[in-house]
Order: sequence, then structure tokens, then C-alpha cells
Amino acid sequence: MSTDVTARTPAPAPPGKSGDAAPGGLLRLMLDGLRNNMRQYGMLIALGLIVVLFSVWTDGDLLLPRNVSNLVLQNSHILILAIGMMLVIIAGHIDLSVGSLTAFIGAFAAVLTVQHGVAWPVALVLCLLVGAVAGAVQGFMIAYFGIPSFIVTLAGMLIFRGLTEILLEGQTLGPFPAGLEKMGNGFLPETGPNTNYHNLTLLLGIVLIVFTVLQEFRDRRRQQEFSLEVAPRNLFLLKLVAISAAILVVTMLLASYKGAPIVLIILGALVVGYGYVMRNAVFGRHIYAIGGNLPAAKLSGVKDRKVTFYVFLNMGVLAALAGLVVAGRLNAASPKAGLNFELEAIASSFIGGASMSGGVGTVLGAIIGGLVLGVLNNGMNLLSVGTDWQQVIKGLALLVAVGFDVWNKRKSGS
Amino acid sequence: MAGPVLEMRSIVKTFPGVKALSDVTLTVRQGEVHAICGENGAGKSTLMKVLSGVHPHGSYEGEILFEGEPCRFRDIRASEHHGIVIIHQELALVPYLSVAENIFLGNEHATRGLINWNDTLRHATELLRRVGLSDHPETRVADIGVGKQQLVEIAKALSKKVKLLILDEPTAALNDEDSGKLLDLILELKKQGITSIIISHKLGEIRRVADSVTIIRDGRSIETLDVKDPGTTEDRIISGMVGRDLDHRFPERTPHHAEEGTAPALEIRDWTVHHPIDQQRKVVDHVSLQVRRGEIVGIAGLMGAGRTELAMSVFGRSYGRYAGGTVLKDGREIRTKSVPEAIGHGIAYVTEDRKHYGLNLIDTVNRNISLTSLAKVARRGVVDEHEERQVAEGFRTSMNIKAPTVFEPVGKLSGGNQQKVVLSKWIFAGPDVLILDEPTRGIDVGAKFEIYTVIDKLAAEGRAVVFISSELPELLGMCDRIYTMAAGRLTGEFSRAEASQEALMRQMTKDEEVTR
Repeated sequence: MSTDVTARTPAPAPPGKSGDAAPGGLLRLMLDGLRNNMRQYGMLIALGLIVVLFSVWTDGDLLLPRNVSNLVLQNSHILILAIGMMLVIIAGHIDLSVGSLTAFIGAFAAVLTVQHGVAWPVALVLCLLVGAVAGAVQGFMIAYFGIPSFIVTLAGMLIFRGLTEILLEGQTLGPFPAGLEKMGNGFLPETGPNTNYHNLTLLLGIVLIVFTVLQEFRDRRRQQEFSLEVAPRNLFLLKLVAISAAILVVTMLLASYKGAPIVLIILGALVVGYGYVMRNAVFGRHIYAIGGNLPAAKLSGVKDRKVTFYVFLNMGVLAALAGLVVAGRLNAASPKAGLNFELEAIASSFIGGASMSGGVGTVLGAIIGGLVLGVLNNGMNLLSVGTDWQQVIKGLALLVAVGFDVWNKRKSGS
Repeated sequence: MAGPVLEMRSIVKTFPGVKALSDVTLTVRQGEVHAICGENGAGKSTLMKVLSGVHPHGSYEGEILFEGEPCRFRDIRASEHHGIVIIHQELALVPYLSVAENIFLGNEHATRGLINWNDTLRHATELLRRVGLSDHPETRVADIGVGKQQLVEIAKALSKKVKLLILDEPTAALNDEDSGKLLDLILELKKQGITSIIISHKLGEIRRVADSVTIIRDGRSIETLDVKDPGTTEDRIISGMVGRDLDHRFPERTPHHAEEGTAPALEIRDWTVHHPIDQQRKVVDHVSLQVRRGEIVGIAGLMGAGRTELAMSVFGRSYGRYAGGTVLKDGREIRTKSVPEAIGHGIAYVTEDRKHYGLNLIDTVNRNISLTSLAKVARRGVVDEHEERQVAEGFRTSMNIKAPTVFEPVGKLSGGNQQKVVLSKWIFAGPDVLILDEPTRGIDVGAKFEIYTVIDKLAAEGRAVVFISSELPELLGMCDRIYTMAAGRLTGEFSRAEASQEALMRQMTKDEEVTR
């Protein structure tokens, strides 16, 4: 997931500096890069600070392997939703229905597998399809009928919640077949000799590092092929070391407990995939264009309705996936599942740099925003702060993050 | 003859970098209808904003005397307090409130914060009768036509005990019948002793209602004429409006000579468009024109002539309601019902409003340039960022876009450089026909020359260029042929040799009565 961190805007090097820069120059370049990407790095730094603070307050409990593993499991569904929500918000819309939809899909999966004995892979595919249809219907009304997304998805929020209760007849339904349960709760299987570490997780981490480094080198070579300016070599190397170290630390932490949770693998694939789509695919560009300036995008030949439609269809699929993950982790479908998920996903997107007016934001930002909320949650749980105060503090965090953004923008002069 | 009710002396108003008014003197006599006439951008609206306190005292030089008293208006409320009311081109009514509520908005008949509805309705009915409206005062403003809305604005002005009524192009958005009613009302109010200033460039209209006319050109008052004087002909007014030297500079251009026998690159036949909301109004009325490869064809017209509406409607029906007409490309009829279709047929429309319709200001230079033609830098739906960056770097150099890098947000560039980005974007699309709508609006002289050079090069490469502009000198300097439009109709066609500022302006100021 770290491939995206730095590549977004290659720090523009001043001419004649493409070789080795003096150490002082290197620091200056880093500061320049930081200043130019304040929003991106600002939240990353804030996340780092929160992690450090809570580690100190909890005497290091926050970063115990078991807790890191828990943190991933507890927040994965919000992160999955936040990815989709980020796309929706960038396109200039909102989706309030995702919490209810996750509950509905969980219920649907339970009815299929528990009541009717459908095989879990079939149920999985059916659930994703139903999610796609739910998203498509809402997207159709928003894109082609012109009903505001706030209204359509508010209606969806009520409808899906109601349908969930109808499906479950007010009861909790479970347990799920092992396959679905693993999706929410499971870890990568253990193989090979006993090393005190989880072998497959270590292997995966190493593969990820090698892949990232190769990718970065390939990218740099391509830039040079097109005779474009590249970042100075030692800045580039520093970046590689930082990314590799970050991946290694997380890998070691996870490998010293039960290994990488399966949902983390899913999440990682989503982040890399969606990050790539939003950065490099024509579809992603069109989402930024319609959110940034709809009339201009239309006059540039962007098929705005089609793009909006698919953004919501996609949100439906991701909500379905999140629904399966939650249901799997709790190993039951409950009529009250998914409560306030939409608000957490929306908050994650805004903390992670989205703008109310659309056109701005990154997938990685949504993840960082989601992690800020997740670490706050987890840290306060460890400190036995009650849910009452947790909500107050999370609300303040959202306010501070967006307030800082507004202040920062005004200072730099629109 | 009555004495002056208003005197504005040596008014100078500067905006950062631009001198909007450099020396304007205006004298309006008690009880007359005084017209103000001038090209787009001459400074008419700025002058009225100075008078009404939109630009407060202290932000301009010179002095204003109203009824013999010096005026120092801090805001609109202050000028309204003295009985000076301005009605802007864009109506300032709240559509979902009733007519009565709109008339007394900010000036409610109320006691201790509670509205007295009986008084309000009685007074509103009375005012509506004075402006010739019989609609119920509780009708929603959204439910009456634009013409009646204009009359409601006047009723609102009357409720403020108006002494001097300023109307900024009041008939620009009205159909003929509503225009007629409005002009009658202005004459009626004159009988009641209300002085009016009317900004207009419809000469027929001015002759009908005005007693005198002041001509403004390039921020200066040129002269004030008595309309009833037989010497004040339309030609006299026109020469006052355009009497500017061709002081702009243009690239050397080899005039294009149409090759006989080949079909025009773009031909528009009988194109008619209705207003998006007021369906009765024809914004573009049976317009036919053509442009050949290598040719630069100008469309001259004043505000509201229907040039932008024509261009946007042809470009994927992006404006109004289509009501007939065909588009031919190289002699064959094409469908341009959506923007992607129009682009697919090699047509590009470069908007007059780059901030709202041309650019995504929060996105970077490179991404703005590639947006219309992402397919050219993408393989199987995936954009090659390096190729995209290289394309953008190419345009940054060739178009001389002044930006630190191509990753700069477009919103941070100057107007001229933003315009170069919009042009780059459409040139990268590789069109055969470019429709350029006011391509040099709001940019400085140096950047203008660069843009003229680009346009010239595009034509030399064999592309067909349609050049829409309000600035006559630039049309005369750049075009091989020039069409004129007024009130949605094509009113003339001139070869480069025939065209002059006076001849064009005569056709551009034709309105209903004159054409008939």
C-alpha cells in the first residue's frame, strides 16, 4: 500500500540539481516536497503523532503485535467503505446508504448460507452482485434522473435498513460457513519450518518490498526515457529506504503474532488497485474532472452521467464486500449491524483530505483518515475511555483536521 | 428645459492593473430619459456601479452631485436612500418568494418584526398597477415570465420612492413584445417625473425612448448628443462608439482565398435555438454560415446577440433547446447531439468563460491539457503519466505558458496563461474546426499577441477557425471574413476588404424595428 505515498507528485527538482545534492540541499528538497503536499503529508504526520502519543499513554500496548492485528481486523470494513466513499465525494456526491447496505448484505448472506445452505463461494458472488445492483439503482436515479445523491441515498439508508429487518425477522442469524468467517477473522495459513515468525507473512512482506523497489526504479527509468526531470538520486534512495522500512516494520509486527489477516490482503489489493485507477486510469481522471468542474468536464466530452453511475455502482460493490467482512468477523448477521458506518466512512474521507465541493482527494488519504479514527478508537479502548467520550473526541478530530485544511488553504491565498 | 438632477464629474476608477474609467463626465437633466451607449467593456456598467455605491466613495476619484448635493455613498442602501435605484442585467429577485415579498424584501411593512400582510398586499397591488401588471401579488416570482419579472423589479424600485432609475440593458433578455411594454413603461414613468438612465446598445430602442445619449468609449465619456436633434443619426452614434484606432498589433497574415469547388469544413444551416427556460424566445434564429479550411471567420455581435449560444448549441447541444437546423462537415451532414460526438467529428469549442466552462481550476496544467484527449496518452484505459507529462511540457514550451511546472494548479496562473492552457487542451485534441469564443477576453496585450499568432498558425495548418469577438479591431486584424449577429439573427457578412468598424457596428446594433 505504500507504493502510492510519494509517487503522486514527483518533487520538481530545480534544473541542474538532478545529480547528487549536498546533504543541506537534500533537507531543503524534503521540506519543499513537504510544503507542496501539506495535505497529504500533514495527515500522515498527524497519524504518526497519534500513534506515538497512544503508545506512550498505553505503555506500548498499542503497538503490541496482537493489538496491531486487532486494529486491522476492527477497522478493515470502514477502510473498505472509505475507499468507495472517497470516489463518491471526489465526484461531488455523498452516499448515506452504505451502513444500511452493509447490514443488508450481511443479512442476505446469512439467509443464503445459514437458512438455505448455499455454498459460500456462490453466496459471495451473489452478495457482490446484489451490492452492485443496489449501487446501480441508486446511481441511475442520481445520474440519469437528476435526483440529488443526498436524497437518493438517504432513502436507500431507510430502505436497506428496513429490508435487513424484514430478511432477519428481527433475529440475529449465524454462524457462517468457515469460508465467510475466515474473510472477516482469518489469517494467512502457516507453512514451512518453525521460525518464531509467520513464514508466509514474512515472505509476502519481502515480495512487496522487492516489487515496490522495482516499480520505483522502473518509473524513474521511464521518466528519464521521456527526458523528464527526475528527483535527485539521494532523495530517491531515501524514499525507497523509508518505504521499505515501513513495510518491514508492519510485516514483522504481524508475523510475530498470527500473521497477516486475510482482510488485510484484500484491503491492500483494493488500495493498490483503486489508487492506480484514480491516478492512472481514464475513468479516475474523469471522476476528478466532474467533481472539480462539472460544466467544464461536460464541454470537454466527459460522459458525466456514465461516470457518476459507475461511481455509485462501485460503492455498492464495496459496501457488499464490507458487509461480508463485518458479518464474517462477528460470525452472525444482526439487524443492527452497520450502524453509523456511513458516517465513519464519510469522516475518514474528509479527515483524509476530501473537499465538500468535490474534485479533491486520494484513496490513500481515505485510508489515512480511516486509520486516524481507527487508532483513536483502539487507543481510547485500551485506556478504557467510555464510548461517550470517544465520540466527542472523534468529532473534535474531524473538526480539527478539516479546520486545519481550511486555515492552511486560506493562508496560502486560495 | 429643466436643470441637471445628476452630475458626475471626472470620474476615474482603477482596478488592480486595469483603468476601467479614465475620465467620465455625465450630466443628466431632471425628468429626462438618458441613454448610455458604448461597446462591451467600455465602462458603462462600472460607471453605474460607482453611481449606485456598489463601488463605495473613496474607491474612485471625481465627484458626484445629486440634486445639487455632493454624494458620498458607502453602499447601495445609501444611494437608494437618496432615491437612486439600479436594476441590474441579472435580475435580483428570489424566485420562490411571492411578488409582494420580493417588492418589499429588506424593506418590509412590519411592526416589531412581524409582517403586516394587509398593508403589504394592498401596497404591492397598487405598485403593480403602476407598472401595468395585473398579476396577484402572492404569485411566486418563478411562475411569471422574465418580462414581468423585469416589471416587478421596477415596482420594487418604485416602492423605494425612486427619483433616478438606472436600467442596465433592460431588454437584453426580453422578447420583442415584453421589450415594447418595458419601453412604454419607461416613458410613462417619465410623465410621472421619474428620471431614467438606460444602458443599451440597441439604437432603435434609444431613438424610441431617450432624450439624450452619452457615448462612452475606453473608459472616457466622448460626447453627449440630443436624440431629437436631426444631426443625431445612428451613424453619428456608431462613429462615436467605435472611433478607436487600430492600435493593437496583429501578426502578418496572408489572407486566405477560398478554393472554389471544395466543400466548406463546417457549414451550419438554418440553426435555431430556443431559450432553455423561456421557450417562446428564439435566442438563435435561422442562422446559416460556413467556414473553409485555412480560413478565419469572425462573428461580431454585442452582448445578447446569440453568438455564444449558437456556438455552444452546435457543439453538442450544450445550450438551450434545439429547434431546427443542420451541421455539415466537409459537405456531409453530421450529428452533433452530444459533446463527444462533436469532438469525434473534429470540432472544438474554446469557451469565453474559461473559469467556469473551460478549466478545472483545482487541477494541474498537465491534467487539464489531456482531459479531452486522454485516449491519446492512454492504452486500454490506463493513462501513461510520463507521456502525458511530456505532452504538457511540449505545450508549455511551444505556447509559452508561464508556469513553474506542469504540475501547477491552473487556478494559480494568470488569465493569459490560463487561456493558453485551454487552447493547448483543444489543440491537443487535434480538431479540424476550432470555434474560439472571445479568446482574448481579460488578458493583457502581450498575451493577446501570442494568442493571435497561435490562431494564425492554426489556420495556416489548414484548420478552419471561427473567431467570436466583441472587439472589432481584433476581428478586422485577424479575419478573412466576418459575419455580424444581432438579436439572434445573422445581419451581415463582410469580406476582409469590405469590413470596417462602422460598417460592422451598424449591422451589430440593428434591432427589431430596424430590420423589419
